[in-house]
Amino acid sequence: MRASACGTKKPNMLTDVFVAPFVDYEFMRRALVGSLALALSGAPLGVFLILRRMSLAGDALSHAVLPGAAIGYLVAGLSLPAMTFGGLVAGLVVALATGAASRFTTLREDASLAAFYLVSLALGVTLVSLKGSSVDLLHVLFGSVFGLDDSALLMLAGVSTLTLALLAVFYRALVMDTLDPLFLRQTSPLGEFVPFLFLGLVVLNLVAGFQALGTLMAVGLIMLPAAAARLWTHELSAALSLAAGVAALCVYFGLVFSNETGAPTGPAIILAAGLCYFVSLIFGRAGGVLRLKRPRRHLEG
Amino acid sequence: MAAAPGPIRLVNLTLGYDRRPAVHHLEGEIAPGAGLAVCGPNGAGKSTLLKALAGLLAPLGGRIDRASAAARDVAYLPQLVEVDRSFPINVRDFVAMGAMRRLGLFGRLDAGERARTAEALDRVGLVGMEDRPIDTLSGGQMQRVLFARLIVQDQRVILLDEPFGAIDEATTQDLLALIDQWRAEGRTVVAVLHELDLARRAFPETLLLAREPIAWGETRATLCGENLARARAMSEAYDRLARECLRDEEAEHAH
Repeated sequence: MRASACGTKKPNMLTDVFVAPFVDYEFMRRALVGSLALALSGAPLGVFLILRRMSLAGDALSHAVLPGAAIGYLVAGLSLPAMTFGGLVAGLVVALATGAASRFTTLREDASLAAFYLVSLALGVTLVSLKGSSVDLLHVLFGSVFGLDDSALLMLAGVSTLTLALLAVFYRALVMDTLDPLFLRQTSPLGEFVPFLFLGLVVLNLVAGFQALGTLMAVGLIMLPAAAARLWTHELSAALSLAAGVAALCVYFGLVFSNETGAPTGPAIILAAGLCYFVSLIFGRAGGVLRLKRPRRHLEG
Repeated sequence: MAAAPGPIRLVNLTLGYDRRPAVHHLEGEIAPGAGLAVCGPNGAGKSTLLKALAGLLAPLGGRIDRASAAARDVAYLPQLVEVDRSFPINVRDFVAMGAMRRLGLFGRLDAGERARTAEALDRVGLVGMEDRPIDTLSGGQMQRVLFARLIVQDQRVILLDEPFGAIDEATTQDLLALIDQWRAEGRTVVAVLHELDLARRAFPETLLLAREPIAWGETRATLCGENLARARAMSEAYDRLARECLRDEEAEHAH
């Protein structure tokens, strides 16, 4: 009896796990589309964050989004537009204040950022705890990819499209600002604004991601695939597309894993990305441990 | 190259950070086609002066008068340390950045600009290195790359901040030859130099700066022992109780 059941089931095992959930359930399709949109635009931003040595700034900004989302939640309940708008405002305020503080005071950018985001995070936790429950707080922090309605999907797709379009248009500016900011500022009147544009895009992606993955997990989908991609190639254009591809795969396998085991989706996706990162750390062709420890025979000249 | 500009006039120029003057009441004129070396001890305000000439620093007092060219229409070589050399970009793309003023942030890099880049790499002796990432270059090679970018910028006025720091003799020779070519083409070259010998070798005019201008004129006369001793005597000490400088008001009363 058992054997025959196995016999009929076996040919379909792979499709059962990897395809069927997305065919059978609309919420799985929505989760996939929404997080794919975030993966495609967030990961290239992550590559630039790494190149600008701002890996932790993304993390800090993701915390900074919290009080805005909390205020939106307190005003309008679990309403996506209100929480998004609040998060966006809070994130942009912290990003702008950080940029301004590092320019006009003697404090360095990392110190200003730490100060602003810590205050922001404390404010957010206070607001949520005063009015809501800890369950609400968990929801904001870790998100729920299975709760994506039409408006959430439209927003994720819109943010993703806008981000990729702006990255394409301002690609040269962003590269120059990372490589030689002084040269850009000296030769172009737009030079001053490029860092703000970039931080704005990061905040936008974090905010778009918090409904799906939560504020803390969204930054993982931005940073981990980017860090993994950097370990495979020295070419910037290749790293950008590779990061987006890796992020997309992590989203897919994270969702499959979550569906199979019942693990929460946000952490499942980030764990998949973490796995990619650790594999790259060991095997990466451009800076992985094995390549550095056992280099190939040196060239003639 | 743009139409020949007039001189750059420094009118009672005071530059600094946080009200502290790094260059104090500097007066003078950089003629078109001049080859000016800026010398002086550490902390004398040499780099600060170049930053101001490049339009990156607003004066605390006085002004910089330019006949035609805007501050952005100068080519400026900052000290090497300000470029992020770990960035994944190859030599060709880096040098092509010099086309910025002509193409802007969005213009297409056409065949003409590509040819310009190739020619510049040829002039600094880097043919064959086009595809090397910049983090694989030696210090001297990187300096050649930066000079190639200056060539592509093709500006009338060229500002060089310590172009020969930590560079070997052969590279220094090649780059000095390039500066001579620029001067022959009628460009203005202003260079901050640490080694007085280089100023004597390649620059007819020198400004000796020690926060206050010590001397400005023909190189050999400017770099005489007496002037150098005065420059060395400049105190780098930072006077915490420094009072406001009233020199401008006093000058007005005297008139």
